[in-house]
Amino acid sequence: MSPTISVEMSQICKQFGKVAANDHVDFSANAGEIHALLGENGAGKSTMMCMLSGVYRPTSGTIRLFGHSVKIRSPKEAAQLGVGMVFQNFRLVQTLTASENIVLGEKSSFWRGAKWMKEKQEEIRGISEKFGLAFPVDRPIWQLSVGEQQRVEIVKTLYRGAGLIILDEPTSVLTPGEADQLFVTLEKLKAEGKTIILTTHKLKEVMAAADRISVMRKGRMIRTVDKSDTSERELAQIMVGKEISPPRAMAKREKGKSLLSVQHLDVYAEHGRKALDRLSLEVHQGEIVGVAGVAGNGQKELAEVLSGLLPWKQGRVVFNGQEMRTASVRHAIESGISHVPENRMKSGLAGSLGIVDNLLFKSYRTKERSWLGFLRIGRNRQWSQELVEQFDVKTPDLDTPVQQLSGGNQQKLLFAREINRQPLLMIAVHPTQGLDIGATEGVHRLLANLRDSGKSVLLISEDLDEVMQLSDRVLVIYNGAIIGEMSREEADRERIGQYMAGLHDGGEEAV
Amino acid sequence: MNKQPVTGEVPLNQGGASSSSRFIRLPYRLEYDPSKRVNVWWITIASVLLALIVCGIFIAANGMNPFPVYKKLLSGAFGSSFGLTETLVKSIPLLLCGLGVSIAYRISVWNIGAEGQFAAGAIAATAVTIYFPELPIYISIPLMMAFGVAAGAFWGLLTAIPRTYFQVNELITSLMLNYVALLALNYVVFGPWKDPKGFNFPGTPVFTASQSLPVLGDSRLHLGLAFAIIVVVLYAFTIKYTRWGYELRLIGANAEAAKNAGIRISRHIIIVMLISGGLAGLAGMSEVSGVTHRLMYGISPGYGYTAIIVAWLAKLNPVGLVVSSFLFGGLIVGGYSVQTLGLPSSISNMLQGAILFFLIAGDTIGKFRLKRND
Repeated sequence: MSPTISVEMSQICKQFGKVAANDHVDFSANAGEIHALLGENGAGKSTMMCMLSGVYRPTSGTIRLFGHSVKIRSPKEAAQLGVGMVFQNFRLVQTLTASENIVLGEKSSFWRGAKWMKEKQEEIRGISEKFGLAFPVDRPIWQLSVGEQQRVEIVKTLYRGAGLIILDEPTSVLTPGEADQLFVTLEKLKAEGKTIILTTHKLKEVMAAADRISVMRKGRMIRTVDKSDTSERELAQIMVGKEISPPRAMAKREKGKSLLSVQHLDVYAEHGRKALDRLSLEVHQGEIVGVAGVAGNGQKELAEVLSGLLPWKQGRVVFNGQEMRTASVRHAIESGISHVPENRMKSGLAGSLGIVDNLLFKSYRTKERSWLGFLRIGRNRQWSQELVEQFDVKTPDLDTPVQQLSGGNQQKLLFAREINRQPLLMIAVHPTQGLDIGATEGVHRLLANLRDSGKSVLLISEDLDEVMQLSDRVLVIYNGAIIGEMSREEADRERIGQYMAGLHDGGEEAV
Repeated sequence: MNKQPVTGEVPLNQGGASSSSRFIRLPYRLEYDPSKRVNVWWITIASVLLALIVCGIFIAANGMNPFPVYKKLLSGAFGSSFGLTETLVKSIPLLLCGLGVSIAYRISVWNIGAEGQFAAGAIAATAVTIYFPELPIYISIPLMMAFGVAAGAFWGLLTAIPRTYFQVNELITSLMLNYVALLALNYVVFGPWKDPKGFNFPGTPVFTASQSLPVLGDSRLHLGLAFAIIVVVLYAFTIKYTRWGYELRLIGANAEAAKNAGIRISRHIIIVMLISGGLAGLAGMSEVSGVTHRLMYGISPGYGYTAIIVAWLAKLNPVGLVVSSFLFGGLIVGGYSVQTLGLPSSISNMLQGAILFFLIAGDTIGKFRLKRND
């Protein structure tokens, strides 16, 4: 019996400005299967799913749903066509009850009275019991656990008659027990003939739950495989790719003194989740240390601890011969650590302020920039002008709000600010995310120059090509610890990929 | 699938019809554009005009021609030297309170408690006259100012501390504290501080000359105007030219980024709320000492609330604050003069509310773009 194809997306392209998020992607899923869409962050899998659920519209390409060619213009239309999406950040109204959230959007649901609501609650309870999705239907959302909230989201899609349910990184918010329960539910849904699509970057889950797996990388569909024909090892391989990117030619340098030494660092993130688990690493003067790893393994917390934003529970951080005792951004800045944050517009720049104000960010306390609490306006303008020219930031004038600059120019501005302070260590997190090729090359050149002038760089990136091209040493972070270390010569995609998937090297125990 | 009948209901951000749904197709759609954050100046003007039109409809519904009413309002507020000084007198507390809330709004601390901070300042300044009645003017006035500012600042602190340490929403606390302060004011003027010779009028004894702010000539225009002007200049200068002002601008533009720059936001919230409350307290002091010359029941016709609209209309800009507080002062004075036409003076409240409504609507709608449906 050949399976019925429930969704078929062909030759999908999605362009965001100059960046192609999806490049002629073909994807299809069958009724009654759990299909995993695997890929690193930025591989384009979420973009694909957003087009299926009507959040974005494809630039070109066609979508067929349950045998009909469709154009999905909004999430509402998607719901009417039988597509339900459970987002990573739930779309629930905290103060309404679970059942009110589920019937929300149904016409005049609040004027139907108590009897109608009772009936609906029964209907909802029926759906949730059928699929093992238990949650208290009459409690407000804020009283429910995260796992229960997710169940409300799934029941919401079922209530609206979804035949195709998309779950975006469903386990990222769940405890292991809740995740197991979710997979049981998904099996039941599958048995009902529903199509389930999971997007994820966790290999273990994929192997545990999915029937078929499609792997995406850099906006392209690489391959679709059956679970029975593949292994975690092979999937890791496909995910990181095979093409060899030649490392950037860089002068050989003597290993400098130790600049940053982190020993056995324990960090807890929100909700008491252990984000870093006895993490140790060392950065020497004049080297670029790349930290590779799948998103969510502690990269964000590592960068935040080192830049003074996040306190740590246990462990030692020694920078430039001095032990750092408490988390202080001020202290980190003054001792020469610079931080290029992951999301430049969210935490690196103030979009509505002009060039000068954004350049002053970290140096406005110095004598050159202010005096007795007063800013040296004229001098700062001239200094900004020089930096803009030196780093070739293209801007109409110094007062243009930086949100009007292109992504590449924003990043240049950020680097201008950070490099101008002559930092000893630069922590760069995904520094080329969302940049086009030219701008990426510019950022890489800046990092390489920084290293050649004897400074150090801790490059945290999910882009393996970038890490391999630039790093003198490559570390791999997994579950909050560094589990692999390779020199520039030893680093190859296969080994890094296996470490990234949490697999050990040739049977050896990982450190 | 959803079996609810969909009959021609088209939400504005809806894409339009597809082959499978029964929506009406509109030629344009509104699309949210997060990058479009530039405030367009004419939105402010348009809001005021729309408010005038809407209120005009209400006036017409009351059986009056709105044009003469507006003309009366205008001439009452700005048409005579008496009206003009009254407008200025009213604009002093508006400007001081408006400055206070503006500085808080700059860092997104939504202080709506200027009314209570104003009352706290007025009570504390009056306390000086009650407990130290015989002081010479050069001691009593500075002392009253100090008490007024301190009391207002303390009232602001009562909001700032729960906000910083326990994440209590400042909108709620500052609003609730307004009632506390106003009830305290009522208590003193009906109770312990009531003028024994005041024929049971709910007010304190009238201040002596040495407890009153000097006035300009024989007008009612008092020294509070100078305070307000000095504070406006200081505000403008601080925001633009000082390190602290830069930090406030940074927090206001992007608090997340400000943390990355090593700025401790909680400390700023406390300082800003102290200043914010202190300025409202100064307004309260200058009102009792400069205008009413006694603390009495109903001393504020809602200056603290109107100041919120003043600040919003000015977009927190110092020059804008001067202009909008003058306009709103005029609105209050003009509101009194339309009473002679047989309309309630609350017409000016209606106008104020309508202006704020359209301003906020304009701010929200301004984030959308009109796009042609393909």
